Amino acid sequence: MPKEPVAVVGIGQTKHVAARGDVSIAGLVREAAVRALADAELGWADIDAVVIGKAPDFFEGVMMPELYLADALGAVGKPMLRVHTAGSVGGSTALVAANLVSARVHRTVLTLAFEKQSESNAMWGLSLPVPFQQPLLAGAGGFFAPHVRAYMRRTGAPDGIGSLVAYKDRRNALKNPYAHLHEHDLTLEKVQASPMLWDPIRYSETCPSSDGACAMILTDRTGAARSPRPPAWVHGGAMRSEPTLFAGKDFVSPRAGRDCAADVYRQSGITDPRREIDAVEMYVPFSWYEPMWLENLGFAEEGEGWKLTEAGVTELDGDLPVNPSGGVLSTNPIGASGMIRFAEAALQVRGGAGEHQVDGARRALGHAYGGGAQFFSMWLVGDTPPAT
Amino acid sequence: MTPDREVAIVAFAQSDHLRRTDDLSEVEMVMPVLHEVLRQTGLKAADIGFTCSGSSDYLAGRAFSFTMALDGVGAWPPISESHVETDGAWALYEAWVKLLTGEADTALVYSYGKSSPGSVRDVLTRQLDPYYLAPLWPDSVALAALQAQALVDAGAADESALAAIAARSREDARANPHAQLPGARPQGEYVVQPLRTGDCPPIGDGAAAVILAAGDRARELCDRPAWIRGMDHRIEAHSLGVRDLTDSPSTRLAAERAGAFERPVDTAELHAPFSSQEVVLTRALGLDDDVRVNPSGGALAANPVMATGLVRLGEAAARIHRGESDRALAHATSGPCLQQNLVAVLEGDPRA
Repeated sequence: MPKEPVAVVGIGQTKHVAARGDVSIAGLVREAAVRALADAELGWADIDAVVIGKAPDFFEGVMMPELYLADALGAVGKPMLRVHTAGSVGGSTALVAANLVSARVHRTVLTLAFEKQSESNAMWGLSLPVPFQQPLLAGAGGFFAPHVRAYMRRTGAPDGIGSLVAYKDRRNALKNPYAHLHEHDLTLEKVQASPMLWDPIRYSETCPSSDGACAMILTDRTGAARSPRPPAWVHGGAMRSEPTLFAGKDFVSPRAGRDCAADVYRQSGITDPRREIDAVEMYVPFSWYEPMWLENLGFAEEGEGWKLTEAGVTELDGDLPVNPSGGVLSTNPIGASGMIRFAEAALQVRGGAGEHQVDGARRALGHAYGGGAQFFSMWLVGDTPPAT
Repeated sequence: MTPDREVAIVAFAQSDHLRRTDDLSEVEMVMPVLHEVLRQTGLKAADIGFTCSGSSDYLAGRAFSFTMALDGVGAWPPISESHVETDGAWALYEAWVKLLTGEADTALVYSYGKSSPGSVRDVLTRQLDPYYLAPLWPDSVALAALQAQALVDAGAADESALAAIAARSREDARANPHAQLPGARPQGEYVVQPLRTGDCPPIGDGAAAVILAAGDRARELCDRPAWIRGMDHRIEAHSLGVRDLTDSPSTRLAAERAGAFERPVDTAELHAPFSSQEVVLTRALGLDDDVRVNPSGGALAANPVMATGLVRLGEAAARIHRGESDRALAHATSGPCLQQNLVAVLEGDPRA
């Protein structure tokens, strides 16, 4: 029997901020879930199962918080599944939820991802103590900066590309009411003059630490037919993983990312992603990852990604808008960041992105990655049901 | 639910469960069981359609601990892979769903846990409500003792009944070469009244792996596949104060959804770390004396936290593989006092 098509009929986010001191973790996730239910015009009783994701438990200091969150998410008496695949987790969580519908195990599933970074310090949560790791790194930026440098050396990209990405994403964020950073007085010069954190990554080219949650309601054809607003349809979804470190690993363009994208395009019937995809929400926690992923995901030839950025192709009004929401550079509740990419892609094809809507977006890609550029999850959503 | 696609457990392996494994990293603990399930089926890592694991950073004492275990899988070329931050039984559930979509025909599932480096009683307090409960550090034995006392108060068990469960489990474990506590042990002193040392699981380290396969692929890989006739899991409220600790409605509902009550099972592998929890589960499932409960010795004989539930599914499947069971129920739990429960019903093809 062919798979059941999966539709996104509800999306909810919290207003992402540095610290949500006014709510508990339960309050935070419930806020996003309630908004997703309202968007779908459904109630808790309509939900068959809950699939929840977040990044490492050390980020809040709560082991397996889904146990404590069962009540807040209306999961009592229902299946509740917790996914954790590093930074890609928000995307992976949505895909696990989608599989429950496409396998016809459940009809309507609530999927949610969150991080409440203010309850701890993620940078040191990521800086592993001896004996797990040599004391050489401070946070994710320390890990990724050398790979950015390798990209620059390999492609000959000029120094200023990263600043262009950061300036674009932060300006896009001004059009997204849920984005964390709303820097109204930011200029390109200010980005370029911001302090160097991990050479070549400057302060303004780095993601913030956010408190936030994102939820989606996924359902089958029958559920989609009852949806009060246009659904987004899942045309393809995939995960790929490779080891953290090994001889021959290409950190600039990991094969797991390329394979994952190829799988999603195959499922979706995409042969020319640059022309056939209308908007991309990609996981860019450090500015330079935009040109790097443009190549990894097949939107540009090897060595050419930075030219698209430089030419303005990835601007909101360019012909391949990347991160119209402002992206991870403007909002980063780590465990939720992947799901926000997936949800923002869905918002685009539903025509519900408001001021950061890409005109006429019919197919959009949501992308997430994590670990040592080793875990990838992606989905492609469209405004019409997939051809079966 | 009745699945659209036939999926079976076709191979199972587990490590020896040991009090300490100071000389082994998680990767070193996992690799032998991964190699063993591949050997059983003749598959290579590259033949596996989907891989899913279960583990906990809080046991490992570091963030992203599962990324290192992935090194043991041989994830090159890149693999389709996922991870759950809980017992590996839920990784098996995720993999089963993946096979039901038809996107993969085989799946590798593994999980591992090392409780020895820390104080697991204290570590497990971190999974309680972080605002109201965790600051009080109520440990896992104390909470289980509350549940046991509720059973005693309800007249559903007494200390001698609990002692009999402990003795039977460890006696059965004599036939399990991987068990940590084979053979009878004295019940000992109270750890937390009414639970004595004998009512509590051993603390130890271990790993397990399973291979799933769909349809004819399963028949090629295994002489007598353990078909998953149904599988479901349910969660209860977190606050112990709003639950009836003598019952497990989530286990009963999961079992009903998995089809467990359609016909009797001959075997049940129950994930009951405390003797008292076996009482709760057998009552909730309505298992009568004809059902062989925990022939492996169960969690009272070996409790590699985060793998114990997957071991239950594996042990039940292995009995079907060996022709010692035709229809078995396997159960896994997560959270304090059996908060979350998974039930699978496994069957072998009729014997000629």
